[in-house]
Amino acid sequence: MRVNDAVFGIILLLFSLAVILYSQSFPATHGQSYGPDLFPVLIALGLSLCGLALTLRGWMSRASVPWIEFGAWAQDRGKVITFALVPVGLISYVLVADFLGFIPTALLFLFVLLRRFAVAPAKALVIAFTATLVIHTIFVRFLLVPLPWGLLQPVAW
Amino acid sequence: MGPVAAGGLVAMDILLTAFSLVFTPYVLLVMLGAAIFGLFVGSIPGLTATMATALLIPITFFMDPVPAIAAIVTTVAMAIFAGDIPGCLLRIPGTPASAAYADEAYAMTAKGQAEKALGTSLVCAVIGGLIGSLVLATTAPLLAEFAIQFSSFEYFWLACLGLSCAVMISSGSMIKGLVSLLLGLFISTIGIDITAGYPRFTFGNVELMGGISFIPAMIGMFAVSEVLRYIASNHEKLAVPQQSIGNVFRGLGPVLGRYKINLLRGGVIGTAIGILPGAGADIAAWVAYALSKKFSREPEKFGTGHVEGLVDSGCANNAGLNGAWVPAIVFGIPGDSITAIVIGVLYMKGMNPGPTVFLNQPELIYAVFVAFFVANLALLPLGFMAIKLARQVLRIPQPVLMPMILLFCLVGAFAINNTVFGITVMLVLGLLAYVMEENGFPIAPTILGIVLGTMLEDNFMSSMIKADGDLLGFFSRPIALVLGVVTLTVWFLPPVIRAVRAGRSGNGG
Repeated sequence: MRVNDAVFGIILLLFSLAVILYSQSFPATHGQSYGPDLFPVLIALGLSLCGLALTLRGWMSRASVPWIEFGAWAQDRGKVITFALVPVGLISYVLVADFLGFIPTALLFLFVLLRRFAVAPAKALVIAFTATLVIHTIFVRFLLVPLPWGLLQPVAW
Repeated sequence: MGPVAAGGLVAMDILLTAFSLVFTPYVLLVMLGAAIFGLFVGSIPGLTATMATALLIPITFFMDPVPAIAAIVTTVAMAIFAGDIPGCLLRIPGTPASAAYADEAYAMTAKGQAEKALGTSLVCAVIGGLIGSLVLATTAPLLAEFAIQFSSFEYFWLACLGLSCAVMISSGSMIKGLVSLLLGLFISTIGIDITAGYPRFTFGNVELMGGISFIPAMIGMFAVSEVLRYIASNHEKLAVPQQSIGNVFRGLGPVLGRYKINLLRGGVIGTAIGILPGAGADIAAWVAYALSKKFSREPEKFGTGHVEGLVDSGCANNAGLNGAWVPAIVFGIPGDSITAIVIGVLYMKGMNPGPTVFLNQPELIYAVFVAFFVANLALLPLGFMAIKLARQVLRIPQPVLMPMILLFCLVGAFAINNTVFGITVMLVLGLLAYVMEENGFPIAPTILGIVLGTMLEDNFMSSMIKADGDLLGFFSRPIALVLGVVTLTVWFLPPVIRAVRAGRSGNGG
């Protein structure tokens, strides 16, 4: 996805404005000339200058550079779905892992993604199963990371 | 001057302790594992050395400092060499650091000289790595002795210089590099601020109070964004060559003898570029290749499968890797994205980078140097094996790897604080890095901003408390004055020159 510089410029201008306004709510430090708002405000000022420059540059090149241009892959529905599955899959993990447990969630996550990458169902299942167990063993057994057991709690090993 | 004697000579007992820290079965085994991992990741196009480092951190998180750092050093050295293998056999560089000469190496393969190209790459990588290690082990202690006099004023300027350097060297538009840097600096302001203890931009979220966790951020920006890019790209099945690879060391003697100046030049240029903040192995390889062509007696042969450029740039990228550690260890200012990750690891291990680590834990620092030499020497036999196994590795279908990498990222981001919040941070920064790279915003300045932001603000605030709010305090000490003047020149000279030039050409019509 390619976006005209002006779009970024305007986003940066709005963002830096929000940062500057919000930073005004930070308390001043007694007896010091510079408080916690100094750096955020300076950074936002810098970003707004860059935003201005990008807006001008994008505006001047608007004839040749479209406002927003989706790459060739965006035409390919399959790729868009796979791409979207990355954030959707990660967010789903965050939401359900505690309840379902790591092993079922990761199994599902891997199986769905492997199928999206056109791996044959039986092969995908075997790979998903092996990879889940290997990663689980490395992190739970050797690195002592408390991955959630969830539904499998009664049979935890 | 404490345990670090004048002239950089190290007390014998420290060196012996350092050796005994590295030559334990555990550390050597960790290094072997890291080497295999690095060779594997480097050989596969689309997986970079930086990604390998980011994926390694959750594992090193649970190790002692020496094996942890040794694992990173080994992985990266192996990965950068292994990137040459697909570059040579398929014309697809395995990591960006091999891009500069992938065409040249492939042209040699087309002429039936694949063995010579791979052998040259391997031996030059080893020599470059050793030159870089030597420079690191000799200059870092000397610089540290000098840097021990630095106060918050000097560190403030050093951080400014490092960040400016990252913006100027970054490829593409300077405005976009600056935006990347400022975004990184902004990310570093999230959380409890150091001087007043006020939670900034946390919006009541308790998990944000400690700031954006560094490791999930790195995993997101370097690994998740790569997976996303892979999905969006046109991935075709790699056409793995059928012929087997013979003896790569045959006929290498004359090549190295003829181009010994190139070896040295590549190593020195690579190290120097590595030391500059923001420029790493990939830029080192491009510059070394260009210089090799410029000073060659036969520049017309470049691009037709001529080995000379390979010598320079194959040497330079491995040297650059090690050069980047000089500012990282001495000042805490990363020389490239990989050392930016390393600095995060060092802080977690309580081995805060800076000159004091040479005084307080010299045996650890020298153990790291020893690990550098061991890793680069081990590259010779292990790289040879990797070349032999290359055809098998390249046959591994990438679609199988991507979901597994993603799951590994997820668990890694979780494992640092054992909360799913890390996964959210990883996802957000992964998407941000993807959009930025797609639109020409370089990622390296953002990483440097995240790493150096706190240091910059910390040193500014403590300097201002010392100087009672007087900004001139930043010029009150001799070294600070010099650093300050250099920084301001770097900032203001280029625009002034440009304005003068524009004025002149404007007058001339």
